[in-house]
Amino acid sequence: MSASADFEPTIIGFLCRWCSYTGADLAGTSRVKYPPNMIPLKVMCSGRVDPSLVLKALADGADGVLILGCHPGDCHYHEGNHKTMRRVPMLKSVLQQYGIDPARVRLEWVSASEGDRFAEVVHDFTEEIRALGPQKRVESVA
Amino acid sequence: MDTSKGNGHGASSNGEIRVGVYVCHCGTNIAATVDVAEVVRFAEGLPNVAVAKDYQFMCSEPGQELIQQDITEHKLNRVVVAACSPLMHEPTFRRACAEAGLNPFLFQMANIREQCSWVTTDKPRATEKAKHIVRAAVSRVALHAELQVREVPVNERVLIIGGGIAGIEAALQIADAGKPVILVEREPSIGGRMATFDKTFPTLDCAACILTPKMVSAGQHRNIDIRSYAEVASVSGHVGQFQVSIRRNRRYVDDKKCNGCGLCYQECPAIVSPKSRKVSIEGQPYFVGSYAEGGEARKVTIRQGDRERRKPIKDTPTGDCIFCGKCATACSEVVGAHAIVLRRDESAEAGKQRSLEFNGNCIGCGACVRECPTGALTVTDAQDRQVLHHEMMLGPNKAIRVPTLQAVPNVPFIDEETCIHFRNGGCGHCAEVCPQEAISYDMEEAIEEVEVGSILVATGFDTIDLAPMVQYGWGRYDNVISGLEFEILCHASGSTGGKILKADGTPPKSVAILHCIGSRDEHYHEHCSRVCCMYSLKFAHLVREKVECDVYEFYIDIRAGGKGYEEFYKRLMREDVTFIRGKAAEVTNWPMSPEEEGKLVVKAEDTLLGQIRRVPVDMVILSPALQAREGAQTLAQTLGIGCGGEGFFLERHPKLAPVQTAADGVYVAGACQSPKDIPDSVAQGAAAAANILSLIDKGTFSIEPVVAVIDETLCGGCRTCINMCPYSALSADEERNVAVCESALCKGCGTCVATCPAGAIQQQGYTDAQIRAELEGALGRLAASSAE
Ligand SMILES: Cc1cc2nc3c(=O)[nH]c(=O)nc-3n(C[C@H](O)[C@H](O)[C@H](O)COP(=O)(O)OP(=O)(O)OC[C@H]3O[C@@H](n4cnc5c(N)ncnc54)[C@H](O)[C@@H]3O)c2cc1C
Ligand code: SF4
Ligand code: SF4
Ligand code: FES
Repeated sequence: MSASADFEPTIIGFLCRWCSYTGADLAGTSRVKYPPNMIPLKVMCSGRVDPSLVLKALADGADGVLILGCHPGDCHYHEGNHKTMRRVPMLKSVLQQYGIDPARVRLEWVSASEGDRFAEVVHDFTEEIRALGPQKRVESVA
Repeated sequence: MDTSKGNGHGASSNGEIRVGVYVCHCGTNIAATVDVAEVVRFAEGLPNVAVAKDYQFMCSEPGQELIQQDITEHKLNRVVVAACSPLMHEPTFRRACAEAGLNPFLFQMANIREQCSWVTTDKPRATEKAKHIVRAAVSRVALHAELQVREVPVNERVLIIGGGIAGIEAALQIADAGKPVILVEREPSIGGRMATFDKTFPTLDCAACILTPKMVSAGQHRNIDIRSYAEVASVSGHVGQFQVSIRRNRRYVDDKKCNGCGLCYQECPAIVSPKSRKVSIEGQPYFVGSYAEGGEARKVTIRQGDRERRKPIKDTPTGDCIFCGKCATACSEVVGAHAIVLRRDESAEAGKQRSLEFNGNCIGCGACVRECPTGALTVTDAQDRQVLHHEMMLGPNKAIRVPTLQAVPNVPFIDEETCIHFRNGGCGHCAEVCPQEAISYDMEEAIEEVEVGSILVATGFDTIDLAPMVQYGWGRYDNVISGLEFEILCHASGSTGGKILKADGTPPKSVAILHCIGSRDEHYHEHCSRVCCMYSLKFAHLVREKVECDVYEFYIDIRAGGKGYEEFYKRLMREDVTFIRGKAAEVTNWPMSPEEEGKLVVKAEDTLLGQIRRVPVDMVILSPALQAREGAQTLAQTLGIGCGGEGFFLERHPKLAPVQTAADGVYVAGACQSPKDIPDSVAQGAAAAANILSLIDKGTFSIEPVVAVIDETLCGGCRTCINMCPYSALSADEERNVAVCESALCKGCGTCVATCPAGAIQQQGYTDAQIRAELEGALGRLAASSAE
């Protein structure tokens, strides 16, 4: 596949159960529309997102990975998201070493009441990944 | 949910995984955008799937029965329902599985409604997405293991932190149900903010008349133990079994002995002072500065000299010294400061020989002023803001006092900053007069350990600090006061006896009430404080009831949502109150026209007229934003609950679990959760009580098994995980050099799992293998393998 206007990226979303998953549900109940490119995975906290899971997603064919957690200070487990915040830059530097554009992984905060914002973030990220084009399969990373 | 049942299908006898997939139409909610039949066909072809079906409403009884029949008929040992969000119906389907004998954790929900059919209109792509979601669930569920919900016993005793109206209401409800309550209140008395109010909106009923009976019932209830002047120092344990240590501050009065007679505060000579005071004789200051930090004492002498000898005037103090010497006696004998000396000059003519020397030893306690029969001695607490700020209190203004005369418990406390004994070791009057010998100056702080099964937080709110908001002049102009100050000014037992007076003691002719000070303002708080409009309207009514005067309300919008609130607003509009739609920008005392001379000028843009207005008034009342209590964050950490962006405690769900929190067994009620009026605070207090009583009545609490488990054969003892856990659930077993997890404390965030470099920690229900399988399913590896 090559980067083209009709390239539909596949995106994996790790959504923390408390804020972001609820926010995503709210986008649904409010019938906000966004591109259907992201397959959501529920985790208890963004702090659960082990970098190796992100690498695996990219290796298995995801073109981008979105990690969504509660806003800083709002994490259901106090500071799980602070740990994510520290982990993601490290992960990005690893990605660079593998030759993967770090922009393919994004961390965002979406609260349970931000259905609109959730849709916006997914929309935005989808378009960004679409512009980046498909991700080359890197079999060896995960 | 009964989890003890299990048909042993977890892994069937031959280890075969048999998944049943059920795709819901949800009427047209799903079926209109997702081709349900197509998804079923797709699911049928997935590995391990024994049966795939669709149904109109899976959550309905027939829908659930469909699953239950198939569990028996098709020997299913895994179930996937593709329907709405698991936050909606996961418990329903888990229960259905359990009833059919399948361990409820062998179930997985695929959300194809909220996160699929409802968020796109593109049918082919929605169907495609639904397939991915279903495949991820099927792939994951194969790796699910049987888990057991754990039951922990619940201690009946309840801890309530904060004795405002919300906490009191909850305490009474729980205690009436026969369960023991410990009510911890930081202040010397329970009652909270409401105890300082005169009247309450919208009914204008007297606050004390409705609150005092409740306070008294709480004080007398045999199931309620009040710990006032106390705070929660630490909390450990978990739902059902919390260990709490309560720190009891030094009150210096033994609450077991005191009978509340009040002799001590009648006799106490020390007058409460704020930061800076001036004590003078006939207008000449001999003590100036901060009483608490020690001020500057000057030498002053006054002589009788040529003055005529005057008789003491009892009824109307003249303000002239008659050289009676009472002050000197008080100072030496009571205070022990020996700062005032009365001398006789034997050589002088009779009647003219006395003099009073203030020798510079004064500590500024004010005891002498109390003894002076003529008013020659005066103490002014020389903050700029006299009438209103000093003695801004409802109880007696003494070093030993109760916060209000209706205090519960009716036990005084000594304020060390004002008490003479704590200043120079003198006085000791109160201990002498106390008939119960309840007063002891060397009382120590005490720590009490209690065990409780649940905790309710009802610590209420603070109002925003007005001092930094210089544009409104609070702290600069005497007659700019805050809402809470107005409540006291208006209160029958306040410093003016309920009269509305300016700092100079005269009634105002015009008053401006400024809404939204710090609320709905991006520089301070974004939120609406919800009660300010209503109490501002209440203030307008009270001012007009008490003084002949013009009242202006400066508002952005009037928010009168509540039972009887709009009606109250209408009523005020008929009461000749001038409403100016515009947020006040500043308050100054710079006149720009003759009628502004000597006035405070409120400047605002009137958005209805579209022009800037300057309104000169005598008094300004600010309606400051309600904000989270100082220290709320620390308390939240102690309790393992969260605070939202604005610092208020976070409820578990804003709509469906408003009094529960993230921590099981910890509840919130009242204005500590968000700004609230009294009716809502009471409703929440009662709701929390009902939640707590149902927990107690059940007797046990089921803990979700989504916890961390450590594989000790893999753990290298590096301890990386230990500091990661926000709940201290992980600790190191020194002997075996491995990490151990106390599963009753673990809340299952999974942070440690993602951290462990050895992969030794797994989170039940979210194991690495399960998430990896889910990823593979989501991304299509599974399809590839099924095609093989
Ligand atoms: C100026 C003003 C006027 C108002 N007028 C009205 C009105 O007319 N009608 C109406 O319905 N509402 C009115 N309100 C709103 C009303 O004050 C609140 O609804 C009510 O006080 C909330 O009760 P609460 O119990 O949640 O909190 P609070 O009244 O704040 O009580 C909380 C209690 O917890 C204690 N506490 C705090 N921290 C701790 C701690 N760490 N440990 C132990 N104890 C602690 C406090 O000392 C206090 O006793 C008004 C508010 C203001 C600011
Ligand atoms: S010892 Fe302190 S509290 Fe007691 S009467 Fe004297 S000044 Fe008042
Ligand atoms: S899962 Fe979270 S709460 Fe449980 S032990 Fe690990 S870090 Fe602590
Ligand atoms: S629970 Fe949402 S980020 Fe931690």
